[in-house]
Amino acid sequence: MAEPLVFRFEVDGDNFTSAGQASVQVKKNLRELGVDPETIRRVSIAMYEGEINMVIHAKGGVAEVIVSDESVEIILRDSGPGIANIEQAMQEGFSTAPDNVRSLGFGAGMGLPNMKRYTDYMHIDSVVGEGTTITMKVNF
Amino acid sequence: MTINTIRDLLGAEVLCGGESLDREIHSACGSDMMSDVLAYVKDQAVLMTGLVNAQVIRTAEMMDMHCIVFVRSKKPSQDMLDLAAESGMVILTTPRRMYEACGILYSNGLKGNGELNG
Repeated sequence: MAEPLVFRFEVDGDNFTSAGQASVQVKKNLRELGVDPETIRRVSIAMYEGEINMVIHAKGGVAEVIVSDESVEIILRDSGPGIANIEQAMQEGFSTAPDNVRSLGFGAGMGLPNMKRYTDYMHIDSVVGEGTTITMKVNF
Repeated sequence: MTINTIRDLLGAEVLCGGESLDREIHSACGSDMMSDVLAYVKDQAVLMTGLVNAQVIRTAEMMDMHCIVFVRSKKPSQDMLDLAAESGMVILTTPRRMYEACGILYSNGLKGNGELNG
């Protein structure tokens, strides 16, 4: 593969039911590219958690997936409230999600730790009041 | 055990994916918290849950699961069933409650993955 492949998705922030559609599509695309199942699983879980976060906290955003010879890179950009304390947000069980999200099966404070768990690289760039960009990589 | 055996043991109704009932299943898990499923489940092919929304189907799809069993006779919407059908998943619903449904399958030989936390 000479040129990296780029997939770009708008994540709709108003609709919890549709959250995860981009991740499902990425999973299909990677399968068609013949990527190994374990890499696909790690990429799609990390991206799915990120997508859910964007819908819960940031009213959506943009997801970009870049497939190169070395890795699958996932970049999630939103213009949400930002993360005040990233270290705290990375702790398992810490959550600022509203109660109604918990009744939907999320908001347990596992999203960001899961994204880290399933990827080889993760970086959070966040400015309170401006938004958050999360970059993750899963190496082949 | 096969999904068909799970159906028999739980007295479950097949809502979708009836063509895949002879698929062989080796382990299962039960949770209403999808975040936990995404964090801890590994190679379990069946999800037992009392939670009913589209994210249950997507979570199972992300985890490469083959079958979802809704407990307490819960029934997903047609939209959810369409989503499940797209990914070739079997959807069952059982009148059993979560604890008993898990216990019945476990005592008939369907284990979890045996991992511990903490």
